[in-house]
Amino acid sequence: MSRKTKGRLFVGAMVLCLAVSFGTLGWLLVTTFVDGIPGLTSKLFTDPPSTQPDEAGARPAILATIYIAVLLLLMAVPVGVATAIYLEEYAHKERWYNRLLELNIQNLAAVPAIVYGILGLAFVVRGPFGIGRVLLAGAIILTLVVLPTVIISSREAIRAVPESISQGGLALGATKWQVIWRQILPASIPGIATGSILALSRAVGETAPLLLIGALQYVAFDPTVLGAFTALPVQIYTWIKLPNPEFQTLAAAAIIVLLAIVLTMNALAIFLRNRFRQNW
Amino acid sequence: MDQEQQPDTHARLTPTAPSIDSSRIAELSLGTTRTELEQREKVFHVGDLSVAYSGNLALDGVSLDIYKNTVTAFIGPSGCGKSTFIRCFNRMNDLIVGAKVTGTVKYHGKDLYARDVDPVEVRRRIGMVFQKPNPFPKSVYDNVAFGPRVLGQKKGLDDLVESCLRRAALWDEVKNRLKDGALGLSGGQQQRLCIARALATAPDVLLMDEPASALDPIATAAIEDLMHDLKREYTIIVVTHNMQQAARVADMTAFFSVNVHEDGKGRHGVLVEFDATTKIFTQPADKRTEDYVTGRFG
Repeated sequence: MSRKTKGRLFVGAMVLCLAVSFGTLGWLLVTTFVDGIPGLTSKLFTDPPSTQPDEAGARPAILATIYIAVLLLLMAVPVGVATAIYLEEYAHKERWYNRLLELNIQNLAAVPAIVYGILGLAFVVRGPFGIGRVLLAGAIILTLVVLPTVIISSREAIRAVPESISQGGLALGATKWQVIWRQILPASIPGIATGSILALSRAVGETAPLLLIGALQYVAFDPTVLGAFTALPVQIYTWIKLPNPEFQTLAAAAIIVLLAIVLTMNALAIFLRNRFRQNW
Repeated sequence: MDQEQQPDTHARLTPTAPSIDSSRIAELSLGTTRTELEQREKVFHVGDLSVAYSGNLALDGVSLDIYKNTVTAFIGPSGCGKSTFIRCFNRMNDLIVGAKVTGTVKYHGKDLYARDVDPVEVRRRIGMVFQKPNPFPKSVYDNVAFGPRVLGQKKGLDDLVESCLRRAALWDEVKNRLKDGALGLSGGQQQRLCIARALATAPDVLLMDEPASALDPIATAAIEDLMHDLKREYTIIVVTHNMQQAARVADMTAFFSVNVHEDGKGRHGVLVEFDATTKIFTQPADKRTEDYVTGRFG
Protein backbone atom coordinates (compact mmCIF):
# COMPACT_ATOMS: atom_id res chain seq x y z
CA MET A 1 0.00 0.00 0.00
CA SER A 2 1.44 3.35 -0.97
CA ARG A 3 1.93 6.11 1.52
CA LYS A 4 -0.74 8.18 -0.18
CA THR A 5 -3.31 5.40 0.04
CA LYS A 6 -2.59 5.11 3.76
CA GLY A 7 -3.17 8.81 4.15
CA ARG A 8 -6.46 8.64 2.26
CA LEU A 9 -7.60 5.65 4.31
CA PHE A 10 -6.87 7.52 7.50
CA VAL A 11 -8.84 10.56 6.37
CA GLY A 12 -11.66 8.26 5.31
CA ALA A 13 -11.75 6.63 8.74
CA MET A 14 -11.90 10.02 10.43
CA VAL A 15 -14.73 11.17 8.19
CA LEU A 16 -16.60 7.97 9.03
CA CYS A 17 -16.23 8.61 12.76
CA LEU A 18 -17.42 12.15 12.28
CA ALA A 19 -20.39 10.93 10.24
CA VAL A 20 -21.38 8.37 12.89
CA SER A 21 -21.36 10.91 15.73
CA PHE A 22 -23.01 13.70 13.75
CA GLY A 23 -25.45 11.30 12.15
CA THR A 24 -26.59 9.94 15.50
CA LEU A 25 -26.92 13.40 16.95
CA GLY A 26 -28.74 14.67 13.88
CA TRP A 27 -31.10 11.69 13.84
CA LEU A 28 -31.91 12.22 17.53
CA LEU A 29 -32.58 15.91 16.98
CA VAL A 30 -34.69 15.35 13.87
CA THR A 31 -36.88 12.64 15.43
CA THR A 32 -37.25 14.67 18.62
CA PHE A 33 -38.31 17.74 16.70
CA VAL A 34 -40.65 15.80 14.42
CA ASP A 35 -42.29 14.17 17.45
CA GLY A 36 -42.19 17.25 19.64
CA ILE A 37 -43.23 20.19 17.46
CA PRO A 38 -46.95 19.35 17.68
CA GLY A 39 -46.65 19.32 21.48
CA LEU A 40 -44.94 22.72 21.63
CA THR A 41 -48.03 24.71 22.52
CA SER A 42 -48.44 27.57 24.94
CA LYS A 43 -50.19 25.05 27.21
CA LEU A 44 -46.83 23.38 27.80
CA PHE A 45 -45.55 26.55 29.44
CA THR A 46 -48.69 27.62 31.27
CA ASP A 47 -50.41 24.48 32.53
CA PRO A 48 -49.53 21.92 35.15
CA PRO A 49 -49.37 18.24 34.20
CA SER A 50 -52.58 16.30 33.97
CA THR A 51 -53.81 12.80 33.34
CA GLN A 52 -55.44 14.09 30.16
CA PRO A 53 -52.73 14.62 27.52
CA ASP A 54 -54.57 17.51 25.85
CA GLU A 55 -54.73 19.38 29.19
CA ALA A 56 -51.20 18.61 30.35
CA GLY A 57 -48.37 21.13 30.53
CA ALA A 58 -44.96 21.28 32.15
CA ARG A 59 -45.08 24.69 33.83
CA PRO A 60 -44.06 23.45 37.34
CA ALA A 61 -41.20 21.41 35.89
CA ILE A 62 -39.89 24.26 33.71
CA LEU A 63 -40.07 26.71 36.61
CA ALA A 64 -38.40 24.24 38.96
CA THR A 65 -35.56 23.67 36.50
CA ILE A 66 -35.00 27.43 36.25
CA TYR A 67 -35.09 27.76 40.07
CA ILE A 68 -32.60 24.92 40.38
CA ALA A 69 -30.27 26.54 37.82
CA VAL A 70 -30.35 29.84 39.76
CA LEU A 71 -29.80 28.13 43.11
CA LEU A 72 -26.93 26.15 41.60
CA LEU A 73 -25.34 29.36 40.36
CA LEU A 74 -25.66 30.90 43.83
CA MET A 75 -24.27 27.89 45.67
CA ALA A 76 -21.84 26.10 43.39
CA VAL A 77 -20.01 29.10 41.90
CA PRO A 78 -19.00 30.95 45.11
CA VAL A 79 -17.95 27.76 46.89
CA GLY A 80 -16.18 26.43 43.81
CA VAL A 81 -14.31 29.66 43.08
CA ALA A 82 -13.31 30.07 46.73
CA THR A 83 -11.97 26.52 46.78
CA ALA A 84 -10.08 27.14 43.55
CA ILE A 85 -8.53 30.34 44.97
CA TYR A 86 -7.42 28.50 48.08
CA LEU A 87 -5.89 25.63 46.12
CA GLU A 88 -4.14 27.88 43.61
CA GLU A 89 -3.03 30.80 45.74
CA TYR A 90 -2.82 29.73 49.36
CA ALA A 91 -2.39 25.96 49.58
CA HIS A 92 1.16 24.83 50.16
CA LYS A 93 1.48 22.41 47.25
CA GLU A 94 3.81 20.08 49.08
CA ARG A 95 1.66 19.50 52.16
CA TRP A 96 0.09 16.05 52.12
CA TYR A 97 -3.41 17.24 53.01
CA ASN A 98 -3.51 19.66 50.10
CA ARG A 99 -2.38 16.97 47.72
CA LEU A 100 -4.99 14.62 49.11
CA LEU A 101 -7.58 17.35 48.58
CA GLU A 102 -6.52 17.84 44.97
CA LEU A 103 -6.58 14.13 44.23
CA ASN A 104 -10.04 13.82 45.75
CA ILE A 105 -11.46 16.67 43.73
CA GLN A 106 -10.20 15.05 40.53
CA ASN A 107 -11.83 11.78 41.58
CA LEU A 108 -15.08 13.38 42.66
CA ALA A 109 -15.52 14.85 39.18
CA ALA A 110 -15.76 11.29 37.88
CA VAL A 111 -18.21 9.97 40.48
CA PRO A 112 -21.63 9.10 38.93
CA ALA A 113 -24.37 11.55 39.81
CA ILE A 114 -26.52 8.86 41.36
CA VAL A 115 -23.92 8.38 44.09
CA TYR A 116 -24.41 12.02 45.03
CA GLY A 117 -28.14 11.26 45.01
CA ILE A 118 -27.64 8.53 47.61
CA LEU A 119 -25.47 10.84 49.69
CA GLY A 120 -28.10 13.57 49.43
CA LEU A 121 -30.89 11.22 50.40
CA ALA A 122 -29.00 10.10 53.49
CA PHE A 123 -27.66 13.47 54.65
CA VAL A 124 -29.79 16.25 53.16
CA VAL A 125 -33.26 14.82 52.67
CA ARG A 126 -33.13 12.66 55.78
CA GLY A 127 -30.40 12.35 58.38
CA PRO A 128 -28.58 15.31 59.92
CA PHE A 129 -30.06 18.03 57.74
CA GLY A 130 -33.40 16.37 57.09
CA ILE A 131 -34.92 19.17 55.02
CA GLY A 132 -37.18 16.70 53.20
CA ARG A 133 -37.90 16.10 49.55
CA VAL A 134 -37.81 19.75 48.59
CA LEU A 135 -36.43 21.74 45.69
CA LEU A 136 -33.58 23.08 47.83
CA ALA A 137 -32.46 19.51 48.56
CA GLY A 138 -32.36 18.83 44.82
CA ALA A 139 -30.33 21.99 44.24
CA ILE A 140 -27.89 21.08 47.03
CA ILE A 141 -27.31 17.64 45.54
CA LEU A 142 -26.77 19.01 42.05
CA THR A 143 -24.36 21.55 43.62
CA LEU A 144 -22.33 18.62 44.91
CA VAL A 145 -22.46 17.05 41.45
CA VAL A 146 -21.07 20.13 39.68
CA LEU A 147 -18.68 21.43 42.38
CA PRO A 148 -15.65 19.38 41.28
CA THR A 149 -16.08 20.54 37.68
CA VAL A 150 -16.51 24.17 38.76
CA ILE A 151 -13.42 23.92 40.98
CA ILE A 152 -11.28 22.34 38.27
CA SER A 153 -12.27 24.82 35.56
CA SER A 154 -11.88 27.80 37.94
CA ARG A 155 -8.40 26.59 38.86
CA GLU A 156 -7.47 26.40 35.19
CA ALA A 157 -8.74 29.95 34.71
CA ILE A 158 -6.84 31.27 37.73
CA ARG A 159 -3.68 29.48 36.69
CA ALA A 160 -3.88 31.09 33.24
CA VAL A 161 -3.32 34.56 34.75
CA PRO A 162 0.41 35.19 34.30
CA GLU A 163 2.63 35.20 37.37
CA SER A 164 4.01 38.57 36.24
CA ILE A 165 0.65 40.20 36.93
CA SER A 166 0.45 39.14 40.56
CA GLN A 167 4.16 39.93 41.02
CA GLY A 168 3.52 43.39 39.61
CA GLY A 169 0.64 43.92 42.02
CA LEU A 170 2.56 42.69 45.05
CA ALA A 171 5.57 44.84 44.12
CA LEU A 172 3.29 47.89 44.33
CA GLY A 173 2.48 47.14 47.93
CA ALA A 174 -0.84 45.39 47.36
CA THR A 175 -1.70 42.64 49.81
CA LYS A 176 -2.20 39.12 48.58
CA TRP A 177 -5.96 39.46 48.89
CA GLN A 178 -5.95 42.75 46.95
CA VAL A 179 -4.02 41.12 44.15
CA ILE A 180 -6.50 38.23 44.05
CA TRP A 181 -9.55 40.47 44.19
CA ARG A 182 -8.38 43.22 41.83
CA GLN A 183 -6.16 41.37 39.39
CA ILE A 184 -6.50 37.63 39.38
CA LEU A 185 -10.27 37.28 39.71
CA PRO A 186 -11.21 39.90 37.10
CA ALA A 187 -8.72 38.38 34.68
CA SER A 188 -10.04 34.88 35.21
CA ILE A 189 -13.76 35.68 35.02
CA PRO A 190 -14.17 34.50 31.42
CA GLY A 191 -12.71 31.09 32.20
CA ILE A 192 -14.60 30.75 35.47
CA ALA A 193 -17.88 31.77 33.83
CA THR A 194 -17.45 29.40 30.91
CA GLY A 195 -16.56 26.42 33.07
CA SER A 196 -19.31 27.10 35.59
CA ILE A 197 -22.05 27.54 33.01
CA LEU A 198 -21.08 24.40 31.15
CA ALA A 199 -21.12 22.47 34.43
CA LEU A 200 -24.50 23.98 35.29
CA SER A 201 -26.00 23.11 31.93
CA ARG A 202 -24.97 19.53 32.49
CA ALA A 203 -26.54 19.57 35.94
CA VAL A 204 -29.95 20.82 34.83
CA GLY A 205 -30.18 17.76 32.59
CA GLU A 206 -29.49 15.35 35.46
CA THR A 207 -32.39 13.02 36.28
CA ALA A 208 -31.05 10.17 38.37
CA PRO A 209 -30.13 11.97 41.62
CA LEU A 210 -33.41 13.88 41.57
CA LEU A 211 -35.44 10.72 41.07
CA LEU A 212 -33.52 9.11 43.89
CA ILE A 213 -34.26 11.85 46.41
CA GLY A 214 -37.90 11.71 45.38
CA ALA A 215 -38.65 14.53 43.01
CA LEU A 216 -42.36 14.07 42.47
CA GLN A 217 -43.59 12.70 39.19
CA TYR A 218 -46.81 14.64 39.33
CA VAL A 219 -46.79 18.24 40.56
CA ALA A 220 -49.79 20.43 39.89
CA PHE A 221 -48.57 23.63 41.52
CA ASP A 222 -45.75 26.13 41.01
CA PRO A 223 -42.60 25.11 42.88
CA THR A 224 -41.16 26.89 45.89
CA VAL A 225 -37.64 26.56 47.21
CA LEU A 226 -38.78 24.67 50.29
CA GLY A 227 -41.62 22.77 48.66
CA ALA A 228 -42.08 19.51 46.80
CA PHE A 229 -40.92 19.71 43.22
CA THR A 230 -40.36 18.06 39.93
CA ALA A 231 -37.86 19.07 37.26
CA LEU A 232 -37.87 18.98 33.47
CA PRO A 233 -35.80 15.82 33.07
CA VAL A 234 -37.97 14.09 35.67
CA GLN A 235 -41.12 15.25 33.88
CA ILE A 236 -39.76 13.93 30.58
CA TYR A 237 -38.96 10.60 32.21
CA THR A 238 -42.46 10.41 33.67
CA TRP A 239 -44.20 11.15 30.37
CA ILE A 240 -42.05 8.79 28.34
CA LYS A 241 -43.09 5.88 30.58
CA LEU A 242 -46.80 6.46 29.95
CA PRO A 243 -48.45 4.24 27.31
CA ASN A 244 -50.57 6.95 25.70
CA PRO A 245 -48.66 8.15 22.56
CA GLU A 246 -49.85 11.73 23.08
CA PHE A 247 -47.68 11.85 26.19
CA GLN A 248 -44.71 10.81 24.02
CA THR A 249 -45.33 13.96 22.00
CA LEU A 250 -45.38 16.01 25.19
CA ALA A 251 -42.14 14.36 26.31
CA ALA A 252 -40.49 15.24 23.00
CA ALA A 253 -41.74 18.81 23.33
CA ALA A 254 -40.32 19.01 26.86
CA ILE A 255 -36.99 17.70 25.54
CA ILE A 256 -36.95 20.58 23.06
CA VAL A 257 -37.55 23.03 25.92
CA LEU A 258 -34.73 21.47 27.96
CA LEU A 259 -32.45 21.60 24.91
CA ALA A 260 -33.30 25.26 24.44
CA ILE A 261 -32.44 26.02 28.07
CA VAL A 262 -29.12 24.17 27.85
CA LEU A 263 -28.20 25.72 24.49
CA THR A 264 -29.00 29.20 25.82
CA MET A 265 -26.68 28.62 28.75
CA ASN A 266 -23.92 27.34 26.45
CA ALA A 267 -24.36 30.33 24.15
CA LEU A 268 -24.04 32.61 27.16
CA ALA A 269 -20.81 30.84 28.11
CA ILE A 270 -19.37 31.32 24.63
CA PHE A 271 -20.45 34.96 24.61
CA LEU A 272 -18.82 35.63 27.98
CA ARG A 273 -15.64 33.92 26.91
CA ASN A 274 -15.34 35.92 23.72
CA ARG A 275 -16.40 39.18 25.27
CA PHE A 276 -13.89 39.14 28.12
CA ARG A 277 -11.11 37.08 26.64
CA GLN A 278 -7.71 38.46 27.60
CA ASN A 279 -4.74 38.16 25.31
CA TRP A 280 -1.56 38.40 27.34
CA MET B 1 23.64 61.90 29.63
CA ASP B 2 23.42 63.99 26.51
CA GLN B 3 21.92 62.50 23.43
CA GLU B 4 25.22 63.06 21.60
CA GLN B 5 27.04 60.95 24.06
CA GLN B 6 24.86 57.97 23.43
CA PRO B 7 26.96 55.17 22.04
CA ASP B 8 26.05 54.22 18.50
CA THR B 9 23.28 51.78 17.79
CA HIS B 10 25.73 49.09 16.88
CA ALA B 11 27.07 48.94 20.40
CA ARG B 12 23.55 48.63 21.78
CA LEU B 13 22.71 45.77 19.50
CA THR B 14 25.65 43.75 20.70
CA PRO B 15 25.23 43.70 24.43
CA THR B 16 28.34 41.72 25.16
CA ALA B 17 30.58 43.28 22.57
CA PRO B 18 34.05 42.11 23.50
CA SER B 19 35.92 45.38 23.61
CA ILE B 20 34.99 48.36 25.66
CA ASP B 21 36.85 51.49 24.86
CA SER B 22 38.02 52.64 28.26
CA SER B 23 38.51 56.26 27.24
CA ARG B 24 34.90 56.27 26.16
CA ILE B 25 33.78 54.98 29.55
CA ALA B 26 35.65 57.63 31.40
CA GLU B 27 33.98 60.18 29.21
CA LEU B 28 30.55 58.65 29.65
CA SER B 29 30.46 58.17 33.36
CA LEU B 30 29.89 61.10 35.59
CA GLY B 31 33.37 60.80 36.92
CA THR B 32 32.11 60.54 40.46
CA THR B 33 34.62 58.74 42.58
CA ARG B 34 33.78 56.21 45.21
CA THR B 35 34.91 58.52 47.97
CA GLU B 36 32.51 61.20 46.79
CA LEU B 37 29.67 58.71 46.60
CA GLU B 38 30.42 57.44 50.06
CA GLN B 39 29.74 60.89 51.43
CA ARG B 40 26.11 60.38 50.50
CA GLU B 41 23.52 58.96 52.81
CA LYS B 42 23.35 55.18 52.92
CA VAL B 43 19.93 53.96 51.83
CA PHE B 44 20.77 50.28 52.19
CA HIS B 45 23.42 48.49 54.11
CA VAL B 46 23.68 44.83 53.19
CA GLY B 47 25.69 42.63 55.51
CA ASP B 48 26.74 39.05 54.78
CA LEU B 49 23.55 38.28 52.89
CA SER B 50 22.95 34.74 51.67
CA VAL B 51 19.96 33.30 49.87
CA ALA B 52 19.07 29.63 49.53
CA TYR B 53 16.24 28.02 47.61
CA SER B 54 15.04 24.78 49.20
CA GLY B 55 18.42 24.38 50.86
CA ASN B 56 20.47 25.09 47.72
CA LEU B 57 22.67 28.12 48.16
CA ALA B 58 22.01 30.69 45.42
CA LEU B 59 23.96 33.66 46.71
CA ASP B 60 26.66 33.65 49.35
CA GLY B 61 27.76 36.31 51.79
CA VAL B 62 27.16 39.59 49.97
CA SER B 63 27.97 42.86 51.72
CA LEU B 64 27.63 46.27 50.13
CA ASP B 65 26.11 49.72 50.62
CA ILE B 66 23.69 51.57 48.37
CA TYR B 67 23.93 55.35 48.41
CA LYS B 68 21.17 57.86 48.04
CA ASN B 69 20.46 59.38 44.61
CA THR B 70 22.86 57.09 42.86
CA VAL B 71 22.37 54.42 40.26
CA THR B 72 23.92 51.13 41.34
CA ALA B 73 24.26 48.40 38.73
CA PHE B 74 24.57 44.68 39.38
CA ILE B 75 26.34 42.93 36.53
CA GLY B 76 27.60 39.42 35.99
CA PRO B 77 27.05 36.23 34.02
CA SER B 78 23.82 34.23 34.08
CA GLY B 79 23.23 32.40 37.32
CA CYS B 80 25.41 34.74 39.37
CA GLY B 81 22.50 35.61 41.64
CA LYS B 82 22.09 39.26 40.66
CA SER B 83 18.33 38.93 40.17
CA THR B 84 18.04 36.94 43.38
CA PHE B 85 19.95 39.70 45.13
CA ILE B 86 17.80 42.59 43.87
CA ARG B 87 14.69 40.75 45.04
CA CYS B 88 16.04 40.83 48.60
CA PHE B 89 15.63 44.60 48.71
CA ASN B 90 11.82 44.49 48.56
CA ARG B 91 11.37 41.04 50.05
CA MET B 92 10.06 39.54 46.83
CA ASN B 93 11.96 36.36 47.69
CA ASP B 94 9.44 35.87 50.49
CA LEU B 95 6.95 34.87 47.81
CA ILE B 96 9.02 31.91 46.67
CA VAL B 97 8.24 28.77 48.60
CA GLY B 98 11.40 27.41 50.19
CA ALA B 99 13.45 30.61 49.81
CA LYS B 100 15.56 31.48 52.85
CA VAL B 101 17.36 34.78 53.32
CA THR B 102 20.04 35.14 55.99
CA GLY B 103 22.19 38.13 56.89
CA THR B 104 21.02 41.70 57.16
CA VAL B 105 19.52 44.28 54.82
CA LYS B 106 19.22 47.63 56.55
CA TYR B 107 17.04 50.27 54.96
CA HIS B 108 17.72 53.70 56.46
CA GLY B 109 19.18 51.85 59.42
CA LYS B 110 16.18 49.60 59.96
CA ASP B 111 16.43 45.85 59.41
CA LEU B 112 14.12 44.95 56.52
CA TYR B 113 13.90 41.37 57.70
CA ALA B 114 13.05 42.18 61.31
CA ARG B 115 10.07 40.34 62.71
CA ASP B 116 7.86 43.41 62.97
CA VAL B 117 8.42 44.58 59.39
CA ASP B 118 5.49 44.13 57.04
CA PRO B 119 6.70 43.12 53.56
CA VAL B 120 3.67 44.86 52.02
CA GLU B 121 4.82 48.17 53.51
CA VAL B 122 8.38 47.51 52.34
CA ARG B 123 7.19 47.04 48.77
CA ARG B 124 5.32 50.30 48.84
CA ARG B 125 8.47 52.22 49.83
CA ILE B 126 10.73 50.30 47.46
CA GLY B 127 9.31 50.12 43.95
CA MET B 128 10.20 47.47 41.42
CA VAL B 129 10.25 47.26 37.63
CA PHE B 130 10.51 43.84 36.05
CA GLN B 131 12.42 42.40 33.14
CA LYS B 132 9.40 41.95 30.91
CA PRO B 133 6.96 44.88 30.94
CA ASN B 134 3.96 43.66 32.94
CA PRO B 135 1.22 46.28 32.69
CA PHE B 136 -2.10 45.16 34.12
CA PRO B 137 -4.83 44.47 31.55
CA LYS B 138 -6.49 47.76 32.45
CA SER B 139 -6.37 51.30 31.12
CA VAL B 140 -3.20 53.39 31.26
CA TYR B 141 -4.81 55.49 33.97
CA ASP B 142 -5.88 52.52 36.09
CA ASN B 143 -2.40 51.04 35.86
CA VAL B 144 -0.81 54.12 37.41
CA ALA B 145 -3.63 54.53 39.92
CA PHE B 146 -3.43 50.91 41.07
CA GLY B 147 -0.81 51.45 43.77
CA PRO B 148 -2.48 54.49 45.38
CA ARG B 149 -5.87 52.78 45.16
CA VAL B 150 -4.80 49.66 47.01
CA LEU B 151 -3.52 51.98 49.70
CA GLY B 152 -7.00 53.47 49.94
CA GLN B 153 -6.41 56.77 48.14
CA LYS B 154 -9.45 57.98 46.23
CA LYS B 155 -8.91 61.72 45.78
CA GLY B 156 -6.33 63.57 43.74
CA LEU B 157 -5.63 60.59 41.54
CA ASP B 158 -5.83 62.59 38.30
CA ASP B 159 -2.97 64.86 39.32
CA LEU B 160 -0.94 61.98 40.68
CA VAL B 161 -1.35 59.95 37.50
CA GLU B 162 -0.30 62.92 35.40
CA SER B 163 2.77 63.71 37.48
CA CYS B 164 3.90 60.08 37.52
CA LEU B 165 3.46 59.74 33.78
CA ARG B 166 5.39 62.98 33.29
CA ARG B 167 8.23 61.77 35.48
CA ALA B 168 8.32 58.55 33.47
CA ALA B 169 8.54 60.64 30.27
CA LEU B 170 5.36 59.06 28.95
CA TRP B 171 2.76 61.79 29.46
CA ASP B 172 3.00 63.37 26.00
CA GLU B 173 2.58 60.00 24.32
CA VAL B 174 -0.42 58.82 26.31
CA LYS B 175 -2.24 61.95 27.51
CA ASN B 176 -4.96 61.48 24.91
CA ARG B 177 -5.38 57.77 25.51
CA LEU B 178 -5.42 57.45 29.29
CA LYS B 179 -8.58 55.37 29.12
CA ASP B 180 -7.21 53.01 26.47
CA GLY B 181 -5.91 49.60 27.40
CA ALA B 182 -2.29 49.54 28.51
CA LEU B 183 -1.63 46.38 26.49
CA GLY B 184 -2.03 48.44 23.31
CA LEU B 185 1.14 50.43 24.06
CA SER B 186 4.49 49.54 22.55
CA GLY B 187 6.97 47.53 24.63
CA GLY B 188 9.02 50.58 25.54
CA GLN B 189 5.92 52.56 26.46
CA GLN B 190 4.68 49.65 28.56
CA GLN B 191 7.96 49.58 30.47
CA ARG B 192 7.82 53.34 31.10
CA LEU B 193 4.22 52.85 32.22
CA CYS B 194 5.46 50.25 34.71
CA ILE B 195 8.00 52.81 35.95
CA ALA B 196 5.24 55.44 36.28
CA ARG B 197 3.14 52.87 38.14
CA ALA B 198 6.00 52.18 40.54
CA LEU B 199 6.47 55.92 41.17
CA ALA B 200 2.81 56.34 42.12
CA THR B 201 3.23 54.78 45.55
CA ALA B 202 5.86 57.45 46.35
CA PRO B 203 8.82 55.10 46.87
CA ASP B 204 12.32 56.39 47.51
CA VAL B 205 14.04 53.45 45.84
CA LEU B 206 13.44 51.91 42.43
CA LEU B 207 14.60 48.37 41.78
CA MET B 208 14.95 47.53 38.11
CA ASP B 209 15.52 43.94 37.11
CA GLU B 210 16.95 44.07 33.58
CA PRO B 211 14.42 46.76 32.66
CA ALA B 212 15.52 47.11 29.05
CA SER B 213 16.38 43.55 28.10
CA ALA B 214 13.08 43.03 26.26
CA LEU B 215 13.24 46.38 24.46
CA ASP B 216 14.67 47.67 21.18
CA PRO B 217 17.65 50.06 21.19
CA ILE B 218 15.57 53.23 20.95
CA ALA B 219 13.28 52.22 23.80
CA THR B 220 16.36 51.17 25.77
CA ALA B 221 17.88 54.61 25.29
CA ALA B 222 14.65 56.18 26.55
CA ILE B 223 14.74 54.03 29.70
CA GLU B 224 18.40 54.87 30.30
CA ASP B 225 17.75 58.60 29.91
CA LEU B 226 14.90 58.23 32.32
CA MET B 227 17.14 56.58 34.89
CA HIS B 228 19.45 59.57 34.70
CA ASP B 229 16.57 61.93 35.36
CA LEU B 230 15.02 59.81 38.08
CA LYS B 231 18.14 59.49 40.20
CA ARG B 232 17.80 63.11 41.22
CA GLU B 233 14.75 62.09 43.22
CA TYR B 234 15.17 58.38 43.71
CA THR B 235 17.82 55.83 44.51
CA ILE B 236 18.05 53.30 41.71
CA ILE B 237 19.34 49.75 41.69
CA VAL B 238 19.50 48.09 38.29
CA VAL B 239 20.34 44.56 37.28
CA THR B 240 21.69 44.32 33.78
CA HIS B 241 23.48 41.80 31.63
CA ASN B 242 24.46 44.61 29.31
CA MET B 243 27.81 46.01 30.36
CA GLN B 244 27.55 49.08 28.16
CA GLN B 245 24.31 49.87 29.88
CA ALA B 246 25.93 49.62 33.29
CA ALA B 247 28.75 51.84 32.05
CA ARG B 248 26.27 54.38 30.71
CA VAL B 249 23.88 54.64 33.62
CA ALA B 250 25.52 53.50 36.82
CA ASP B 251 27.58 55.42 39.36
CA MET B 252 28.45 52.31 41.29
CA THR B 253 28.74 48.81 39.85
CA ALA B 254 28.80 45.47 41.60
CA PHE B 255 30.22 42.53 39.69
CA PHE B 256 28.89 39.10 40.63
CA SER B 257 30.30 35.79 39.55
CA VAL B 258 29.50 32.12 39.85
CA ASN B 259 31.38 29.82 42.22
CA VAL B 260 31.17 26.19 41.24
CA HIS B 261 31.23 23.91 44.26
CA GLU B 262 34.03 21.44 44.69
CA ASP B 263 31.81 18.47 43.86
CA GLY B 264 31.17 20.15 40.51
CA LYS B 265 27.41 19.95 40.91
CA GLY B 266 26.24 22.96 42.89
CA ARG B 267 26.94 26.56 42.04
CA HIS B 268 26.16 29.83 43.71
CA GLY B 269 26.68 33.52 43.13
CA VAL B 270 29.21 35.68 44.94
CA LEU B 271 30.01 39.37 44.91
CA VAL B 272 33.45 39.79 43.38
CA GLU B 273 33.93 43.50 43.32
CA PHE B 274 31.98 46.61 44.16
CA ASP B 275 33.28 50.01 43.23
CA ALA B 276 32.66 53.18 41.26
CA THR B 277 31.62 52.25 37.72
CA THR B 278 34.64 53.99 36.17
CA LYS B 279 36.93 51.96 38.35
CA ILE B 280 35.19 48.65 37.59
CA PHE B 281 35.47 49.21 33.87
CA THR B 282 38.93 50.75 33.69
CA GLN B 283 41.00 49.47 36.60
CA PRO B 284 39.20 46.45 38.06
CA ALA B 285 40.96 45.06 41.11
CA ASP B 286 39.96 41.47 40.49
CA LYS B 287 41.08 39.35 37.55
CA ARG B 288 37.55 37.90 37.15
CA THR B 289 36.06 41.37 36.80
CA GLU B 290 38.65 42.30 34.24
CA ASP B 291 37.99 39.15 32.23
CA TYR B 292 34.29 39.83 32.27
CA VAL B 293 34.32 43.53 31.38
CA THR B 294 36.84 43.00 28.62
CA GLY B 295 34.71 40.20 27.22
CA ARG B 296 37.10 37.33 27.84
CA PHE B 297 34.45 35.60 29.87
CA GLY B 298 30.65 35.56 29.94
